[in-house]
Amino acid sequence: MTIDFDRIELSSVSRHYGRRRALHDVSLACEAGEVIALVGPNGAGKSTLLAIVSTLLTPTAGQVHYGTYTAASGRAALRRRLGWLGHELQLYPELTARENLRFFATLMDVADGEARVNEALRAARLESRADDVVSSFSRGMRQRLALERALIHNPRLVLLDEPFTGLDGASADVLRERLRALAGHGCLVLFATHEFGLADDVLDRAAIMRDGRIAALASAGDWRAAYGDAIGRGL
Amino acid sequence: MFFRTAWTVFRKDVTIEIRSRETLATTIFFALSVVVVFAFALVRDGRLVTDAAAGILWIAIAFSGTLALGRTFERERYTDTLRALLLAPADRPAIYVGKLLGILAVIFVAECLLVPLVALLFDTALLARPFHLAALLVSGTVGFAAVGTLFAAMLVRAQSRDVLLPVLLYPMTIPVIIAGVRGTAALMQPPPDEPMAIFWLTLLTSFDAVFLTLALWTFEPLMTD
Repeated sequence: MTIDFDRIELSSVSRHYGRRRALHDVSLACEAGEVIALVGPNGAGKSTLLAIVSTLLTPTAGQVHYGTYTAASGRAALRRRLGWLGHELQLYPELTARENLRFFATLMDVADGEARVNEALRAARLESRADDVVSSFSRGMRQRLALERALIHNPRLVLLDEPFTGLDGASADVLRERLRALAGHGCLVLFATHEFGLADDVLDRAAIMRDGRIAALASAGDWRAAYGDAIGRGL
Repeated sequence: MFFRTAWTVFRKDVTIEIRSRETLATTIFFALSVVVVFAFALVRDGRLVTDAAAGILWIAIAFSGTLALGRTFERERYTDTLRALLLAPADRPAIYVGKLLGILAVIFVAECLLVPLVALLFDTALLARPFHLAALLVSGTVGFAAVGTLFAAMLVRAQSRDVLLPVLLYPMTIPVIIAGVRGTAALMQPPPDEPMAIFWLTLLTSFDAVFLTLALWTFEPLMTD
């Protein structure tokens, strides 16, 4: 089964861990071509929200719709359309860059895997280091490789948890360009970040999160002011 | 897709193991240490306690297997790659099967060294019926690792996973260990008691079928949250 969608919608999504409410009554819609940043202090629920959208976590209440599908109805076919890059980079340090990409390309059932691997190595600007083990890479190189690992199967929905962490200015520029290009190709991009300055040029909207809720939704131009109002301190 | 995913995960684990030798080296070292310690501890008046060799062989397999189980999933935890595996568009039990095959490969290599060492140190007729012994070891190891792989995956995010794994695993796999010990001891009798060994082997195969079915059935719901 092949599925596709151009919109995701979260309706009154909550996630509780015992008595603790990690996420409470969150509703949000994201359209194809849009880049949405989840911003907020530690413990605001950003990573939990991303984990629920990625289908790795089940909401205690509420629903996530991927077009006309849910995680339960889409299952493996839906996962084929999701790309996830966590705070940890999800690469095997003992394998080379090429072996990592090849492994995930096979796992994600990518057609013409070898060509996609070469393309991904080019996009990560790691062609000359393709056969070096990842443990010998700098944080920036790993981050670029991890992003291409997450995108190896051309996902429709791209989920990134703190993608700017540890990147220097040049690498952050490359990442911003890549995210804009993904949105330009019709992807839905949702990312959580603390790096407010680095996220500015790339986002279309910001969902400002506090205590497991979306405190405010703001557009690119006025999200900093909205953050100050919602969180109670300026950026 | 199921078997290709399982094979891809298995091949990845083998490649990493060949390159790092981390799990294999610690598993083998630990298994051999257990046997050597028992070999010194259980000698009475120049003779060994009857059937001790069979028990020691299976204790070494269980202890070193637990070590291998913990290490294999620790690798997936610290790189957070388990999430990436679970997001693959394959049936999630295929991931389980791939990890299980990797763990079995490590334990089988350890057993290839353990068996001759036990036979040598305990001066037993352990290799009198090599095919029967191999069948007992394979079926016992599959049963032990089937449960262990499930528990190790389930506990990968638990803070006290190192303690919880043996606490959960040993009570569940006691029937496998007992059947393995009794079957192996039957083979060491002079002459080897083949019907008894086959009885225990049949029991082990039944355990394998039950444990594998339960593990494949419960892996997806257990890993979703």
